[in-house]
Amino acid sequence: MSGKPVSGITPSQTVGPYFKYGLTPGTDYRWNDAFGNNLATPDAVGERIRIEGQVFDGDGKPVVDSMLEIWQADGQGRFADQTQGTLANTAFRGFGRVGTDASGAFAFDTVKPGQVPDPDGKLQAPHILLAVFARGMTMQTYSRIYFVGQAANATDPVLALVPSERRNTLMATKQGAAYRFDVHLQGERETVFFDL
Amino acid sequence: MTLVYPRESNSIHAPRLSPAYKSTTKRAPQKPLVIMRHTLSELTGPAYGHEAVRENDHDLTIQHDGEPLGERIIVHGYVKDEDGRGVANTLVEVWQANACGRYIHAVDQHPAPLDPNFTGAGRCKSDDKGYFRFVTIKPGAYPWGNHHNAWRPAHIHFSVFGHSFVSRLVTQMYFPNDPLFAFDPIYNSIPDENVRKRMVSSFDLDNTKPDWALCYRFDIVLRGRNATPMESK
Repeated sequence: MSGKPVSGITPSQTVGPYFKYGLTPGTDYRWNDAFGNNLATPDAVGERIRIEGQVFDGDGKPVVDSMLEIWQADGQGRFADQTQGTLANTAFRGFGRVGTDASGAFAFDTVKPGQVPDPDGKLQAPHILLAVFARGMTMQTYSRIYFVGQAANATDPVLALVPSERRNTLMATKQGAAYRFDVHLQGERETVFFDL
Repeated sequence: MTLVYPRESNSIHAPRLSPAYKSTTKRAPQKPLVIMRHTLSELTGPAYGHEAVRENDHDLTIQHDGEPLGERIIVHGYVKDEDGRGVANTLVEVWQANACGRYIHAVDQHPAPLDPNFTGAGRCKSDDKGYFRFVTIKPGAYPWGNHHNAWRPAHIHFSVFGHSFVSRLVTQMYFPNDPLFAFDPIYNSIPDENVRKRMVSSFDLDNTKPDWALCYRFDIVLRGRNATPMESK
């Protein structure tokens, strides 16, 4: 199938309310997970972290039927990109998926990412890409998880594009041993989403 | 090969706020999305999930002791990029209702029977030309609570990855000539009628298996084109 120009991309449709048995079955259905929410393979390079949060709708109600996916570099800023599959010296794969539970909650266990460059070669602050899918969302929304208190946040070229009063919606905050990152799909505390 | 992902390609999608599809009203962002250049983070993407694909995961009719009820079908096609190149070795996941229009999901309680021989989940990896193939049964239409007498046209949910995190696509494949198209706010959330039709599979007589299964063809086009435009031929 080579080189025949196509007429345009396939449109997105909502993931709907019933994806769990296919995409995030866990042990509830007779199917197996292709992906999980623990990215911290034993040999992954980087500080072990846990990110916990909840997803809320415009009424502040927990969204119990959403799916979150993350994509990130390892602690040295290396992506397990398709050219390599996994990084040469680790099983770290940089991708995770989780469904929200009955309280709209989710968690990821991973490593804190290192810095990766922007198109000008300038280093970005450590961040994790986030895609949120749900019933009532015609396609995924993209956000970024940054880490509160990182010196590099002050010079991050992407954060600089975000109105200062909204930057806090992109910050995972320390809560006990874990980081906290809530997603507000709309409303006063609406999370910053990116047009990618 | 360096791919670029022009933002304009996304203009065909449904508005995030599509009020006829009621659930969007509380879940669509209200503030403007922040436009940014793609960085290495956006231009790379997961390459795995493949090892989770077991030999028969593409055949939804042989996952249980007996065969599911319904019309056996083959669903096949190519995953392509915007230049028409096949997207090789990418994970394709599907989930669907059974022949009666009932999902095995615990939340679906509409009064149609479950089929003990059908879960409705499958996955496969596209081959080196981007080709994928599933064997399943044709899902039924089903009612939902969006408005009075709302029914979803029969569809199969698809989840595809592609070359980067921004080529990620979740969509639904429909069947040709479904009389419910005109009444479905999810299908019609795509503004352009010709774009909507990209989600409708075509009946593929040449690839039916006589005395065994009908066949539908569904090609999926993901974002991503060569940084240097190809010469048109």
